[in-house]
Amino acid sequence: MAIGQPANRVDAVAKVTGRARYTDDFYRPDMLIAKYFRSTIAHGRVISIDVSKAKALNGVEAVFTYEDVPKIKYATAGHPYALDRSRADVADTLLLDRQIRYMGDEIAIVVAVDDLTASEALELIEVEYESYSPLISPEQVLSKGAREIHPGQSNVIGEHQFECGDLEQGFSQAEVVHEGQYETHMLQHVHIENHTAFAYMNDLEHIVIISSTQIPHIARRIVGEALDIPWGRVRVVKPYIGGGFGAKQDVILEPILAFLTMQLDGRPVKISMTREECMLCTRNRHPMTATVKIGTLKDGTMVARHMDTLFSTGAYASHGHSIAAASGSKNTLLYPRTAIGYHARTIYNNIPIAGAMRAYGSPQVVFALESAVDDTARKIGIDPVEFRIQNGARQNDLNPLNQKPIQSCGLVECLEKGRELIGWQEKMSQRRQQTGNIRKGLGVACFSYGTGTYPMNVEIAGARIILNQDGSVHVQTGATEIGQGSDTVVAQMVSQTMGLPMENIHIVSTQDTDVTPFDPGAYASRQAYIVGNAVYKAASELREKILTYAAEMTDKSVSDLEIEGRNIVLVDQPGKAIISLIDLALDTYYHTDRGGQLTADVSHKTLANPATFGCTFVDITVDISLCRIRINEIFNVHDSGVILNHSTAKGQVEGGMAMGIGAALSEQVLIDPESGKVNNNNMLDYKVPTMIDLPDIGCAFVETVEPTSAYGNKSLGEPPVISPPPAIRNALLDATGVAINEIPLAPQVLFRHFKQAGLI
Amino acid sequence: MFPLQRYEKADSVQDAIRLLSDNPEAKVISGGTDVLIRLRDGKKAYNQLVDIHDLDELKICDITADGTIRIGAGISFSEVIASDIIEKHLPHLHKAAETVGGPQIRNIATIGGNICNGVTSADSASPLLASNARLIIQGPAGKREVALSEFYLGPGKVALDQNEILIAFTISKQDYSGYSGDYFKYAMREAMDIATIGCAAACLIDGNQLVDLRLAFGVAAPTPIRCKQAEEAACGEIINEALLTKIGDALAEDVNPRTSWRASREFRLHIIRELAERVIKNAIENAGGTLT
Ligand SMILES: Cc1cc2nc3c(=O)[nH]c(=O)nc-3n(C[C@H](O)[C@H](O)[C@H](O)COP(=O)(O)OP(=O)(O)OC[C@H]3O[C@@H](n4cnc5c(N)ncnc54)[C@H](O)[C@@H]3O)c2cc1C
Repeated sequence: MAIGQPANRVDAVAKVTGRARYTDDFYRPDMLIAKYFRSTIAHGRVISIDVSKAKALNGVEAVFTYEDVPKIKYATAGHPYALDRSRADVADTLLLDRQIRYMGDEIAIVVAVDDLTASEALELIEVEYESYSPLISPEQVLSKGAREIHPGQSNVIGEHQFECGDLEQGFSQAEVVHEGQYETHMLQHVHIENHTAFAYMNDLEHIVIISSTQIPHIARRIVGEALDIPWGRVRVVKPYIGGGFGAKQDVILEPILAFLTMQLDGRPVKISMTREECMLCTRNRHPMTATVKIGTLKDGTMVARHMDTLFSTGAYASHGHSIAAASGSKNTLLYPRTAIGYHARTIYNNIPIAGAMRAYGSPQVVFALESAVDDTARKIGIDPVEFRIQNGARQNDLNPLNQKPIQSCGLVECLEKGRELIGWQEKMSQRRQQTGNIRKGLGVACFSYGTGTYPMNVEIAGARIILNQDGSVHVQTGATEIGQGSDTVVAQMVSQTMGLPMENIHIVSTQDTDVTPFDPGAYASRQAYIVGNAVYKAASELREKILTYAAEMTDKSVSDLEIEGRNIVLVDQPGKAIISLIDLALDTYYHTDRGGQLTADVSHKTLANPATFGCTFVDITVDISLCRIRINEIFNVHDSGVILNHSTAKGQVEGGMAMGIGAALSEQVLIDPESGKVNNNNMLDYKVPTMIDLPDIGCAFVETVEPTSAYGNKSLGEPPVISPPPAIRNALLDATGVAINEIPLAPQVLFRHFKQAGLI
Repeated sequence: MFPLQRYEKADSVQDAIRLLSDNPEAKVISGGTDVLIRLRDGKKAYNQLVDIHDLDELKICDITADGTIRIGAGISFSEVIASDIIEKHLPHLHKAAETVGGPQIRNIATIGGNICNGVTSADSASPLLASNARLIIQGPAGKREVALSEFYLGPGKVALDQNEILIAFTISKQDYSGYSGDYFKYAMREAMDIATIGCAAACLIDGNQLVDLRLAFGVAAPTPIRCKQAEEAACGEIINEALLTKIGDALAEDVNPRTSWRASREFRLHIIRELAERVIKNAIENAGGTLT
């Protein structure tokens, strides 16, 4: 039984011994280095540019400006191709552009023999701008007569609404109505490996791109679209990667690199972003404002809720309105037995570009919802855990969006387990009226999320398994290992279904679009779930082929045979080898008259998107005069279906919670409201918590079995990040009585609110 | 890649002074944790370097016959933390050293570099100021001595010529003997951060009397400062909660923090006052005193 075991990561040894190769490890001696020339204003247009001095610098190979690139607008979002072109991503990006939409926008690019020469050349470029006043805040963007950031396109790039049940009736029935405004700010992914990639040509036709990406197969297509070349000419290779969290679910460097190598006779050209560039000029988490309205009966029954959200995508659409849309849908399952309304808009503004980031808009929306839920519980005087248990999703509730029953749901059990772990009732009952400077608080918040993107996008996965000559197997999937551990659980799945020992399963980790089966990539917490169904199919098929071959070799009936470790055994005589897998494999390859290489190669589409659930419980201490929150204890409890591997699952949860704690307490991209300049695009001033800023992180699972998954599992990659911020906000409210409706709850924010509340 | 033009490793302080005198463009590099950051940012002013890292002459850490504590400019923060002398006699400096960066930075960053760098957020500055530290500086014409309080000229500016080397800090016996101390670094993170406000205090008490208070701040003004008004309000007074309030009131005259995108003046003023009270209280308690 491989599933559920805490198997070691299959890449653990390669990584800890430094043998695992990342993009920057593939050195080419004739490699050129490219660097962008970026705007120093947030909104405007280049009137003139002079690159002659840069071109003349010794060591500079070439300089290209917006005048030199194809006039093809392309979309950067890492979504599968939309057959319905009316739903295609917004194509608003040129390789280089004279229109400037944020401070850092790409105007020209220098290619030189090394990094220093390229940097030096950038200083020699002379540019003249016409500047427009930057549109930073939503008010500025939405004001009458505001300039179109993309001329000819509205500044509102997407808007939609939906209603499940009768909202009006719900609110008219409500005995208590709470309405509040909530706000979250721009965040950064801060993956360890910055964006880095290089491209070269082996011949006159094919472009090879080695890239640190979450979406190699999609990147291939977008490069083709951006340069208007057949997609088959592009090969994208993804070696090991040092994290992405969604920032690499966009195509950022690949198209320009393909363009550059084509311009430079196929010479390898590389772009390795600096941390500062990576934080400013790739992707970030959308700032969001929301108005939430919740109606309940006095007995605590939620009867209606409505949310109105505004997401800022910044200078370019990237994922467009999908993030506002997806996050609006995914939270409907949390409290499904009520009328639900949602309205959302996504706008352009002259700030850095927002895109996918772990949990895809849900952290923002759930912060608003779960804060409002606590505010509501207080208003009616019900314990916030009880209130959630009373209204939370249960198995067989109908999904409000498609009216199908929720087939696996452990939300209530998660809440009960979390309450127990933190000692909620005991601590609440010992609670006295708090008046001093140091105060304690307890908080809870929960979430619902999806697994993949169906039915908005196709959910396709490929898997190929080959029986080697030594009886072991090689497994290739289209699943992109980005550190989340997908290779390891794939090995466990193969082991489970085929009956092979883990050591006899070899995973090909590198993605190579010329070779590996198709899969759109690592996002939407889809990878283990979607690939699982393909792996199951391939493993079952190969197992069947092996047993059929064994039956032929041994004159037994297929149904009497089973694979057990390294041997074939009789079902009713386990432990007794009929023939070894090695002998069988050798026979398939080398018997002169029968057999052939045994393989299974499948592509599978999954037509479901199961909801996952969970919650955070937190115990904090607030030092009011120092404007500081300290976390004493924190637990996440997850229903992610069957847990495939408890140690890697725990790793995901711990990392996600750390990210959530950073979002709750200290992280924010600080943008100057006048100029649009980002002040803190570096690791000193962008406050990611260090290890000693983090408390001991606790996690637990409530295992349900998801019937649409071959292995019973559901999403786990993104969900851990969602609920810590509202739980911490609610604990602060519990401790101090001060409701702060924005994150991060950083010292200066606390200072402002505590002062207002007369606490300091 | 660093745009380094010239690099020379000095084999003695004398040698360093000669190399610096020969090349007026050259700058000293010690641990390099400030210099290399600037060089990475492309600052050409730092592309010619004379390396004084690991010179034995800069690595003294002892007490001389007359009781003066000497701390070599080349001592790393890890060495400051490991020093029994500093732990025993200068607890506020010891504590400050523990708050610098992370383990890797503390292993390489020097106390001399921290002060010569001249920024107001330097964690070792306020504890050294609180203990009336003096600097021994060597140049082509020999050695000179200057009080730390006179060394800071402005933000990032110190009274040091291009061809001078800071050798060591000295703290005389009367400036540490009997004093207890404490340091509080208020920052957004517990490690790898610069101080929003840093506060150091050294106290001499006699029973319930505060005989002497030395209070110093980083980031409360363009350079690290001592708080003369607050100290005056405290000296000789009876130790109680009211005294802390009195010191806090007097402080307003001493400090002048600024608003930046990192933090507002109003917030810094609030934290300054809060830290002063906590640090003085701790220092008094460390000396065996109690607040009534
Ligand atoms: C990640 C990181 C974290 C940091 N965290 C902190 C922190 O928490 N607190 C803090 O205060 N600082 C911090 N710093 C800043 C820095 O580490 C300190 O200021 C350190 O003490 C500098 O010492 P150094 O030996 O590295 O100086 P260098 O970089 O070598 O030199 C700094 C300056 O001093 C001059 N100089 C150095 N030694 C001498 C000498 N003996 N004589 C004459 N001139 C000299 C140099 O010319 C240069 O101008 C941090 C830096 C980094 C990179």
